[in-house]
Amino acid sequence: MQSQLLLQLIINGLIIGTLYGVVGMCFVLIYKASQVVNFAQGEFLLIGAWTCWWLLTAWNIPFFWGFLIAVVFMMAFGMAVQMVILRPLIGEPIISVIMVTIGMSIFFQALMKWMFGTFAQPFPPIFPVEKVDVLGLQVQTAYLMSTGVSLAIMAGFAWFFKYSKMGLAMRATAFSQQVAQSLGISVRQVFALSWGISASVSAIAGVVVGIVNGVSSALSYFGIKVFPAVILGGLDSIFGAVVGGLIVGLLENLGQYVDSQFLKWGNLYEIIPFYALIIILMIKPYGLFGTRDIERV
Amino acid sequence: MAIDTMRPCGDYRTSYKADQTIFQTRLTMLICVAAVVALCFAPFFFSRYVLSLFIQIGYLGIAALGLNILVGFSGQISIGHAVFFGFGGFASAYLADKGVPVPLAIVLAGMWTTVVGLIFGLPAARVKGLYLAIATLAAQFILQDFFVRAEWFTGGTHGAMAAPFTLFGYDLSSDDKYFYVVLFFVVIMYLGATNLMRSRDGRALIAVRDHYLSAEMMGVNLAKYRTMAFGISSFYAGIGGALYAHYVGFMSVEGLDILFSIQFLGMIIIGGLGSIMGSLMGTIFMVLLPEATGWLASALSGSAIDQMLHLKDGITYLREMLIGAAIILFLIFEPDGLAHRWRQIKAYWKLYPFSF
Repeated sequence: MQSQLLLQLIINGLIIGTLYGVVGMCFVLIYKASQVVNFAQGEFLLIGAWTCWWLLTAWNIPFFWGFLIAVVFMMAFGMAVQMVILRPLIGEPIISVIMVTIGMSIFFQALMKWMFGTFAQPFPPIFPVEKVDVLGLQVQTAYLMSTGVSLAIMAGFAWFFKYSKMGLAMRATAFSQQVAQSLGISVRQVFALSWGISASVSAIAGVVVGIVNGVSSALSYFGIKVFPAVILGGLDSIFGAVVGGLIVGLLENLGQYVDSQFLKWGNLYEIIPFYALIIILMIKPYGLFGTRDIERV
Repeated sequence: MAIDTMRPCGDYRTSYKADQTIFQTRLTMLICVAAVVALCFAPFFFSRYVLSLFIQIGYLGIAALGLNILVGFSGQISIGHAVFFGFGGFASAYLADKGVPVPLAIVLAGMWTTVVGLIFGLPAARVKGLYLAIATLAAQFILQDFFVRAEWFTGGTHGAMAAPFTLFGYDLSSDDKYFYVVLFFVVIMYLGATNLMRSRDGRALIAVRDHYLSAEMMGVNLAKYRTMAFGISSFYAGIGGALYAHYVGFMSVEGLDILFSIQFLGMIIIGGLGSIMGSLMGTIFMVLLPEATGWLASALSGSAIDQMLHLKDGITYLREMLIGAAIILFLIFEPDGLAHRWRQIKAYWKLYPFSF
């Protein structure tokens, strides 16, 4: 029984971890491209999930189309946020930029609560079966889908940054904005697009989590959970974000195991990533795969 | 404390001493003293509601000043100020419960919070910028979790009772008397911060903010001053929280969430980063904003807008949204805050026919 529970938790951890990894990737994408730490990442998940939920319940659109419209909407939304709110702040000190994303975060969170209420709303059933038997363990279909989607997104990111022209332009911008600009890359476009991609991919993660747990403002908590993951992996490493996400997902579920078996504290599950975060910052502030800043005068 | 533009034109300062005075002219000093004296008569003229707003501005203003010392003067971001505010409140309630006289408990709570702040400020010695911001975010969640768990200290989810404020046997807990207590603390704490910024330590903090490499080469110990800024800021937060606890008579974990921390950040951004009076202005703005929202909503109740938006149910969300919007709009359009705007207004009057 014990090992069964442990195995179940490890599987859950890996599944949740891939989701953290995806959101972490989106976070790192914005950070790398435009040097903005986005505290409103969780709200992207939230808005995306609510949009999809609203399309499905109020308009009775089939899931596939609702999902697609939500993703496209979030792409436009992310770009709009970058152009309207963050573009005027280019060149401002880092405190201002962080604060503006925090301001956005509470603004959109309150707006969503106002529009859709505070209670978790379930998605209409999408899959014919709720749970699937994998190797003798019960796994939610939505989770399976989420793992599939996450892996596809990761592969897509890898392809995009390695082979597509826009992806190369983004990497060049991340490397050096001035050089990129002198080579004819539109840095403004790159910024806007990186926000757009980040918002739409976050929305996918939001919808997936929404299908499993119902849509509520708890989704925006993902945006905060992502910090331990990206710090662990290194703030500017996309690969690191995935690894960090997996580790945080596992850590949470192992924390839950230790808690339920030995400690009986009750909510170690939620708090353990933050202890890990402090420890990592003390030992290895640039994470596992991050580049260390070296400052010269 | 005084702001530069209230001086006659030309810069006649010839010594460091003149440069460092708190009040640059006799007039500014008189105005400041007169303002405090005028406030002393406030309980005779204003209603209980207005006084409660004053008190709220007082204790939040003290905590906001602490955050401004950390963010505005030493350039480090803290997204966990609310938990230090809360820690001060719990500590003071706990000490008062153990028999320490309340005025002493408030001061001791401030010191206790300083120690906690120093512990969570330790990463500041090693990391900076956004890494530090994220570390303080972790502090927010860890301490919030601690408050729920540590029943001996905080009463867990039920909260802790805080003894009413008494001094030499006199009960000062009613609004019109507590007003003087808060006013006393506000004056002391604001004077303290002004003086801190005139000392070597204050200048060192500003040097660390402006260019930390140069500061280090000038012999400023970076790790020491960065951690110290956390300590000072926690002290202010602790005093503010303790004043709050003894005002309300009750301290609970609820409300000490990240939104409250962000509200503190909003106060100092709206008031002006790195401006001592700005902290107070920002606090006034942040306290009046939800009140004004409430007035507006009640004025609109029954109208078409109300029916369309259900203002009554959405008022809490509307308030949160306005806080977020205020932060965003100030950062885009007035990054130096209300303190800067105030300076410009004064410059306008001084230079009147030639101002453009």
